[in-house]
Order: sequence, then C-alpha cells, then structure tokens
Amino acid sequence: MTPTNIFAPASTPADSIFGLSIFVLLNVAAIFIVVFALLAYVVVRFRSKRNDDRKEPAQIYGSTQVELAWTVIPVLIVLALFLASARVIASIQNPPRPPGALEVIVTGHQYWWEYRYPSLNIVSANELHVPVSDPAHPTPTFLTLLSADTLHSFWVPRLAGKTDLIPNHPNHMWIDPHEPGLFLGQCAQYCGTQHAKMLLRVYVQPRDEFDRWVREQQQTPQSAALSPGQRTFESMACGNCHTISGTPARGRFGPDLTHIMSRDTIAAGAAPNTPQKLRLWIKNPDAVKPGSKMPAMGLPDQDVDAVAAYLETLR
Amino acid sequence: MSSNTIALTELPASRPLALRLHEWVTTVDHKRLGILYILFALVFLAVGGVEATIMRLQLIGPHKDLVSPEVFNRMFTMHGTTMIFFVAMPLVFGFANYLVPLMIGARDMAFPRLNAFSFWMSALGGIFLYFSFLGGDGLYGAGSAPDVGWFAYAPLTSKTFSLGHSTDYWTLSLLSSGIGSIGTAINIITTILCLRCPGMTLGKMPLLVWLNLVMAALVILAVSPLSAAQIMLLIDRYLGAHFFDTQAGGSAVVWMHFFWIFGHPEVYVLVLPAFGFASEIIPVFSRKAMFGYPVMVLATIAIGFIGMSVWAHHMFTVGMSAGANTFFVLSTMAIAVPTGIKIFNWMATMWGGKIRFDVPMMFCVAFLFQFLVAGLTGVTLAVAPFDWQLGNSYYVVAHFHYVIVGGILFTAFGAFYYWFPKVYGKMLNETLGILHFWLFFIGFHLTFDFMHIPGLLGMPRRIYTYEPGRGWDTWNLIVTVGVAFQAAGILFFACNLIWSYLRGKTSGNDPWDAWTLEWSISSPPPVYNYAVVPVVRSRRPLWDLKHPEDPDWRYE
Repeated sequence: MTPTNIFAPASTPADSIFGLSIFVLLNVAAIFIVVFALLAYVVVRFRSKRNDDRKEPAQIYGSTQVELAWTVIPVLIVLALFLASARVIASIQNPPRPPGALEVIVTGHQYWWEYRYPSLNIVSANELHVPVSDPAHPTPTFLTLLSADTLHSFWVPRLAGKTDLIPNHPNHMWIDPHEPGLFLGQCAQYCGTQHAKMLLRVYVQPRDEFDRWVREQQQTPQSAALSPGQRTFESMACGNCHTISGTPARGRFGPDLTHIMSRDTIAAGAAPNTPQKLRLWIKNPDAVKPGSKMPAMGLPDQDVDAVAAYLETLR
Repeated sequence: MSSNTIALTELPASRPLALRLHEWVTTVDHKRLGILYILFALVFLAVGGVEATIMRLQLIGPHKDLVSPEVFNRMFTMHGTTMIFFVAMPLVFGFANYLVPLMIGARDMAFPRLNAFSFWMSALGGIFLYFSFLGGDGLYGAGSAPDVGWFAYAPLTSKTFSLGHSTDYWTLSLLSSGIGSIGTAINIITTILCLRCPGMTLGKMPLLVWLNLVMAALVILAVSPLSAAQIMLLIDRYLGAHFFDTQAGGSAVVWMHFFWIFGHPEVYVLVLPAFGFASEIIPVFSRKAMFGYPVMVLATIAIGFIGMSVWAHHMFTVGMSAGANTFFVLSTMAIAVPTGIKIFNWMATMWGGKIRFDVPMMFCVAFLFQFLVAGLTGVTLAVAPFDWQLGNSYYVVAHFHYVIVGGILFTAFGAFYYWFPKVYGKMLNETLGILHFWLFFIGFHLTFDFMHIPGLLGMPRRIYTYEPGRGWDTWNLIVTVGVAFQAAGILFFACNLIWSYLRGKTSGNDPWDAWTLEWSISSPPPVYNYAVVPVVRSRRPLWDLKHPEDPDWRYE
C-alpha cells in the first residue's frame, strides 16, 4: 500500500477531507458520465454520411428553455458542493481544543524541520513524535507553523491536508492520529535546491511509549571526559549551527543533535541513520543530499571517525 | 494622379533575401506581425518541450540523477515561464492579430506601429529570459538560468536566496513582454470597437472576435498588477525596499496575491481565444449556425468578470481565514456554470448537424472531451479542503496541463489546420495531419491522464527526484513514455508546416465552405485585405451570400 495515499486517512482532518472528496468525486463522475455520453452520441450520430446529399442541415439558432435548463441544473450542483465544502472548512479551521492537546512549534528550514515542544521543553528535528489520540478522549496535536527562511509546506497526506510555512506569517494546523505507526510525507512548497529531500516522518505512538520518548528527550547527556570527537566538534565550528545540550554547542541554524541517535534517519529523511551514512554525511554532505546547507568541513578521515563516534554517543 | 491614390503595383517577385528579411523586421502589417508572433511561439514551443522532456526523463524512476537538482529547478522554471509567456501568449496574440481585422472587415489593426512595437517588446522578453543562461551568473558566480519557479514566490527571489542575476533576467523578461501584451491588448480592443465594417454591430461579430475582446480586457486587468509586482521586486533587489523581503518584515503573501491576480485571469486570457477557435470551427464542420450565440457572448463576459475574483484559490494552503477560503470556493465554482454553458452550446451546435471530421474538427472534438475533464478536475480543486490535499501535488500539474495542452493547444492545432489555407493559399497535408493528431492525442492521454494518480498518492510537484516505495514509480514511467508520442506528433506537425508551405495542395479562397468574412477574399489575403469595405447583415455574411433564399438576417 502507498504510505502517502490521500484516500487512506488516519486522523480527523484527513478523514473529513476524505468524506468530502468522495462526495465531490461522485458528483463530478456523474456529470462526466452524462456529458461524455451525450458528446459521444452527438459525435457518432451526426457524422456526415458517405452518400450525403450535400444539402445543409436545418439551421437552429438557439432555445431559451434549453439554455435555462443547462444553467439552472449546474447552479444547483454548485450550491450543493459549495455548502458541503463550507461545512468542512469550518470544522477543520475552527476545531475544539481539548485540555489534553499537545502543542508543537514546527519551523521550516532549508531543507529540514525543527520541532519544539514548549510545554515539554523538548527540541527535536525531522522526526515528529506525537501520541495516539483516542476518539473517546481526544489528545490532538496542534502545530504552529513558522519558517526560518523560504516557504515550505507541511504535508503528511494520511494525517491532514497541507499548510504552508511562511516567514512572518504563523500558520496553524492540527492532527489527531487514531492509530499508531509511522506516517510519511514531505515538503510541498518549493523551497530551494533540495526541496525534494525535505522529507517528513511522523511517529504516532501509544501514550506510554510517547511518554517514554519524552523522558528520554528531556535528559541532558552527561559525558565524563571530553572525547577527541567532541573536541573536534567544538573546535571545528560545528557548534555554530548545531546545538548539543550541556555543551558549548548552541547553534540554531542546523538540527539539534542532542539526541541524534534516537532518530532513524539523518539529513531530513534523506538517508538512514547508520554509522556508514553518518560518516559520509559529515565528510561530504553533497554526496548524500546535493545542495544541502551543511558544508563539507574538509576534515581528515580520523577526525571524521572521531566526530561520528562522538555523535553515536548522543542517545 | 491625385495624392490620395494608393499605388498597388506588384513588387518584383524575387528580391534579395536581406531586403525581404528587412521587410519582415520593419513591417507594421497585422498579417505579417501575426505570423511573426506565431513563428516566435513555435520556436519557443520546441524549446519548452525540450525542457519538459529533460524533467520527464529525470522522473522516469526514483532516485535518478540524469541532471542535478539545480538544473532540474531551472528546467521547471524555464519551462513554465516559456510556455506561458513565450508560447501561449504569442500564439493567442498572433492569431488575434491575423484574424480579428480580417473577420471584422478592417484593413489593419487600429495602431499598426504600436502593434509592431508590442511584438518586438515581447520578443525582447524572450531574449532576456534565455540570455540568463549566459548572463545569469553575474558577478557572484552563482545562478545561471532562474530557478525560482514560474510564479517565483518570495522570498526565494530576494537577494539573500537568489544570488547573481538570474531572477533579474526573469523579472526584466516578464516586464518587457508585459509591456508588449498590454500594448497589443489596447490595440485589439480599439480595433474591435472602432474598425468594424458597416452593418457589423457588436451583436453580429463572429464569436472569435467577442472572445478576443474579453481576452484583451483581461490582459489589461491582469498583466498590469504583474508588471507592478515586477517593478516592486526590482526595487526590493536594487533600491533596498522590503515589499517581499521577509527578512526585513516584508510579506511573501502579498507577492502571492499580486502574482495570482495576474495568474488566474491569465488562464482565461489563454482559454478564451481557444474557445474562439472552437466557436468558429465547430459550426463550420457541423454545417450549422452557432447554437445560442447571445448566451455564448453572455457566458464569455461572465467568465471575464468572475475570472477576476477567483485568484486566491491558488492560495488555499497559505492559511487564509475560513471566511476567505469559503468565498473563493464559491467564486471558483461559479465559473463552472458559464463554462459548462459553453460546452453544452457547442454540443447543441453539433446536434442535428452533418459533422465532417477534417483535421481541424478532430482537434476541436478532442478539445470538447478533454476540456470536460479539465473543468471537472477544476471543480475538485475548487473544494478548498480537497485542495489542501491536492494543491501543489502532481494532480494540480495534471489538471492545468489538461487545460493548457488538452484545451488550448488542441484548439490551436485545429486553428493551424483551419486557417493555414487562408494564410498561404495551400492546404496542410491531411495524412500528416491525421498522424499528428493521433500521436499527439495518445501521448497527451498517456502523460496527463496518468499524471493525476501520483498526485492522489502524495507526490508533490517540483521535486527533482522521489523516494522509492511510495507507489509512484509505475505512474511516472507511463507519464514519461507519453512524452515520446507527443514529441513524435509535434515532429509530424513541424514537417507538415514546412512541407505544405513548400508544396501543399492549392486551397482556393474558401476550402471549408465557411461563413465568416476572411473566406471571401483571396488566399493569401492581399496586403490591404479588402479592396472594397464589405457590408454585412448577419453573423454569417457568407451564408447569406451562398443562400440568398434563406439568409441568416431573417432570424437574428
């Protein structure tokens, strides 16, 4: 099955869009069949015959009744579709906000996603973790969408429609996934060179699993002694862009790496988080994701190994 | 010899090539300018087609690297900009230039020099755009051709994100061609309002002329804000303003409004003349008068008005209020009503007729079916919540190509086959025409029917590659295969134009037994069009002439 099918909703906004879209598609299909059949009939029935007498057919200039009929019927169909749409617009754009709702601030960057959970004091990147929402006791997640640079768009088709991330123009959307699992999507507004590999991964977890993830993310890793990799990381300007809590690295231009090993992927989903890919990514980011904003630092191989070894301790 | 006699002596048949080219460059004749516009469009059609082919080859499967992401991004930017501004617009203006004066019994456009100026401004725009491949690097060594997308959303166009001069060439290109477009639009409106022959009231104009009148009005309303936005962008980039510079408090959303208040009426600018071609060709090949002429005119005007109030349906995902979204759902759906009326009237024109399936009619019948689909997918996109899923996906790409290729390009091909005999006095070859039709028809449907599906499966547009395992691979393969058929069709079309121009069958003045004024004069028409200004009494002056026992003016 396609992981990004818009017709496989797993969350209320996607589900109400799905219901509306079926209603619209049925209407449109009915119109298509009727008009297509009429057109086909005309084309076949009224083609000039081989042994035609070459006389011109009867000239008909119009008919008010017929014109009225094919004006009024479409107007009625349009009204029905419009009212159905208006209802769904209101239900998605003005949702109730139950007390258990989770807040996440999503910031789009060229070409990765930053997630901040203000109430939980968590900062993460690229892989969004949210709890399952039981329809009986809904715990939806409300996303505030910001952008640090160009336009982006948050689109996970099975959870909700897309909403753009626009600088100076905070947007809002919400999801309440009904089932646990991994939901995929990607940036849906052209944002620059690597728009294609700005992938979205949403991990929907049962409550206890989500709570465990939260506790892990809230911990600040304690390292006894400064490893060679950490020394390189801190001396080679890595910390100008990346944050690792509890260390001098406090940059915000790139993803927070405090718990990088808790993620399945690197480079916004462009590669799996394996030791081999991580080394390649540090050594030559363009080999993994050409056009990414992460520079190749020109580190000698042993330094790359050391930095990778350091990052692999950040769980 | 009195001073107001015009010398009509024939020029010597063979003149030096340089002299003949000089005549084309300095011409102010509406027919020659029309041909120049159309040749210009055909050259860029080939260029834009190559760009599309590069994109489709890259997307034939997941994780292909035929071109780099940078090159791919330039290709879709150049493809979109080229096809809209340097193929579709010049085609529309070329046919309008050539046909409108002939159809209203005029000797030229109202402002022949403005006409030439406008054409050359548009041509300059095309040159600006393609010069970016050489000059776009600028002093920064970054850039080359623009890579901001054809709607160039802020802030990607700001100095921060667009180094070098690529965006500047894009801006100058649109500014220059915009001046040309507005000039031609003023010319078309003035010509239609002031130069109609005696007897041709507004209510007796051929429908093509009506459609071009509304088109020209829309050009003035739509291209002006676009040009204003381009000037604002230039001021942003060079004089330190911050209209769209979000890093200094500017607004990306304001650019979107400016662009789409142009961008959506632009769709009608292109499709109304296409409706014009269909409204001339379908009656002639069905051998019947246009059904419901007054309603067709009213529907056209309604499309013009409503078309100006739907632009923000391109912006359903930017976070407008529920009220604004709801308004634009209604206005967008409303436009389906006059458009539907048009389809029904064309069908009623064919009803009870004796339909001849010559090549122009084949293209127009295909247009009717395809425009039906394009209109209906348009309705699905008008439903804002559905658009939150479909917007910016391949479903949208499929939808607007259905409009522009399946609607506009198909009728334009029909128009080529229909009016070529008038322009050159020779028929386009029918066998080549039928091959052109079927190859292009098959290619069109392979490409654009199947392109809807990856959109429904979550594939966004403007990505230079995609992940495997999303269920998009097969569909993209089929879409790319269709390109080969379309290219073959275009190749037959090009051969047909050249071969028929050189040795096509002589057509005579009125090969289709048609009814509008242009068929009453010789093919090709003389420089002055009409030696005696014609007088008309109905919408089909040649029908009246051919059927004096049963003239139209008794019924209109």
